Amino acid sequence: MRKILSGNEAIARGVFEAGVHFASAYPGTPSTEILQNVSTYKEIIAEWASNEKVALESVIGASIAGGRSFAAMKHVGVNVAADPLFTFSYTGVTGGCVLVTADEPGMYSSQNEQDNRNYAKFAKIPMMEPSNSQESKDMIIDAYNISEKYDSVVLFRMTTRVCHSKSIVELGERKKIDIIPYVKKFDKYVAVPAIGRKLRHKVEYRTNRLKEYSEISKWNYEIDNNSKTGVISSGISFEYAKEAFGDTVSYLKLGFTNPLPNKLISDFCDKYDKVYVIEENDPYIEEFIKILGKKCIGKDLFPYTGEMTPDVIKKYALSENFDSIELDEELFVGRPPTFCSGCPHRGFFYELGKKRNQIIVSGDIGCYSLAVGEPYNIMDWLICMGASLSSGHGAQKILDLDPNNKKRIVSIIGDSTFFHTGINSLINTVYNGGKTINVILDNRTTGMTGQQDNPGTGYKLQGEYSTVLDIEAMVKAIGIKHVRKIDPNNLQVVKETIDWALELNEISVIITSWPCVLKKKYREEDYELYNDMWKTKDVVIPDKCTGCKLCLKSGCPSLIFDPGNKKVIIDSNTCVGCDICLQICPFDAIVKEGFDE
Amino acid sequence: MNKSIKFVGVGGQGTILAAKIMCNVLINAGYDVKMSEIHGMSQRNGSVSSEIRYGDKVFSPVIERGSADILISFEQMEAARNIDYLKKDGILIVNNHKINSMVTLNGKVPYPKDIIKTISNKVKTYSLEAQQFANELGNVKVVNLIMLGVLSKILLSKPLEWEKAIEENVKPQFLDINLKAFKIGQNQVR
Repeated sequence: MRKILSGNEAIARGVFEAGVHFASAYPGTPSTEILQNVSTYKEIIAEWASNEKVALESVIGASIAGGRSFAAMKHVGVNVAADPLFTFSYTGVTGGCVLVTADEPGMYSSQNEQDNRNYAKFAKIPMMEPSNSQESKDMIIDAYNISEKYDSVVLFRMTTRVCHSKSIVELGERKKIDIIPYVKKFDKYVAVPAIGRKLRHKVEYRTNRLKEYSEISKWNYEIDNNSKTGVISSGISFEYAKEAFGDTVSYLKLGFTNPLPNKLISDFCDKYDKVYVIEENDPYIEEFIKILGKKCIGKDLFPYTGEMTPDVIKKYALSENFDSIELDEELFVGRPPTFCSGCPHRGFFYELGKKRNQIIVSGDIGCYSLAVGEPYNIMDWLICMGASLSSGHGAQKILDLDPNNKKRIVSIIGDSTFFHTGINSLINTVYNGGKTINVILDNRTTGMTGQQDNPGTGYKLQGEYSTVLDIEAMVKAIGIKHVRKIDPNNLQVVKETIDWALELNEISVIITSWPCVLKKKYREEDYELYNDMWKTKDVVIPDKCTGCKLCLKSGCPSLIFDPGNKKVIIDSNTCVGCDICLQICPFDAIVKEGFDE
Repeated sequence: MNKSIKFVGVGGQGTILAAKIMCNVLINAGYDVKMSEIHGMSQRNGSVSSEIRYGDKVFSPVIERGSADILISFEQMEAARNIDYLKKDGILIVNNHKINSMVTLNGKVPYPKDIIKTISNKVKTYSLEAQQFANELGNVKVVNLIMLGVLSKILLSKPLEWEKAIEENVKPQFLDINLKAFKIGQNQVR
């Protein structure tokens, strides 16, 4: 059967066909849909983990216990999971294990452009790189064979375009793989120094065997087009190169890329007058070639950042520039993403913005990152998952060295990011006598990546009920005395709570609790807690609107200012009646329109 | 010879579904097809785009600037933003509809004027009131099928089975209105 699948869907299909038993991941663009699709196969236990380290560790346990296991994460997620990864390289596997890293050349939804192929070399583990959906599925099945044959976790490197582009895939059947009965293997899995030293030699021996495999792997092959120029490439760059050069050059297509095939590459370089290396991000293949003492053209010609799309290759290698229709740039303005109509973050940021002279705001990763933009412009920094609370703590310590300091740090984090790595950060602040104001924006879901469940939602990935983590109780349990849980859509309460926290000279936590407007799955308790949500609309009484534009400071996309009659109107197609604008309007020009049951 | 079609619009307009139906139609007709989209901001009023490339054998899933045969834009300003992807002898299909962005919404910067007039002086353009037709049908969400109807008439290819692909991709209770919308789109091209 043939089906059009994205790379992410194809990986999930491959994981199913490979007979995998256990899969875990933390959501992150562009990897999120992999586990979502894996979870649709009921033969596989699929779980959202609280973070990537936990995901990989769960998967390591599943492998030790004899099951085939699978983890997926975005590139920066592998940083979080790096600690177990490096030792898992030493211990090797029992049931086969594959870790997907989804890299982001061009940084469409990420804070950096790190090239995770370096992790394979760094951790001394085999790596595979597919170029399209069919390869994503076929390679991942073979990755399990390699994992078990060579006793190692396999790093499976995807990039945004392989993850999110769709192409035709031939589907197969699920292989029946038995669980390997558990046997205690002290010398393999107990990584104390004495055993680590023995395993270190095993890793070297494995690398040598993998070097031999790399030379004969079916994923590394030459396409001889009887040309003078050769191109060495891997991943999506290979497809781009084929598009740009066609049959005018010969190719060395690399799919198994750690360790790289020494002889195959040397012979290829010797055969052609000119060799281009086309790869995104770091000069990973190029540096290997140069160490071999061979000549090639790589990052000295092609850009070091962004995607190596066919137009880029044509521009740099063939001096061909695209010819397109030109328009005056005044014909379009930016369309930055913004908080949705009804977003529970809006009310909080509107009120916090009024205190901007008194505070410094430490940001984090999630929908609330959008408060960096218009009209809030409120974040002072944003580093990585969970960093708001801990970096805020360090900053407050330095500020307070000045006895006259009045500036307070407000650290902002969402519920899922708090569960990810924020909890550790908050424990650290309490323990070290920090005085920051810590805000947990609990919108009852993992919003930015598309409403995934998390320990606070009461649902597991495959639909079953779960325990609901009580953030308020947890925060109190770690020793925080000043905790308030509020409805962020009540501006008076938000204002009073921010004032309360600013007056305290001790650590405090504000939990804003209201569901994301896009959240789809609710439990009965939720309906009781969040009464009458999204059932009404707000409307402007034109005669009362003075055109003062104060409501526009809420940044709601449902509010439209008509420059003609200088009045605001509310788009009834998108308004969900959150009443933020109604509370802001000083002229009572906005009113609630009846229930729409 | 491979063909490239780029769908652009604003989050929530249904560009992705339209591209998906198009994809199915082309696969059923036996073409090699690749489709690419950038996710992330689609639900937060950001610009969205989907790209389809098809032919005997397709390698790259992305459309290069200056190489799209057809640009189909669900919104005026998005047509202007993406016009550089269109070939000089390509075709623009555009919904004569404005959606404010955060920048124009608050009245600081006006929504640009005469977009379609300016573009149609430079490239072959089909402009239509898809929003109005959809409202008349009673569901603004079928704008995407109206646009697809126009596209189906402009596309030069072997015969394609549109109705079947639409049926496979929309919920049964909305099939009738979607098919009607598709027909309205087709009737706009003579």
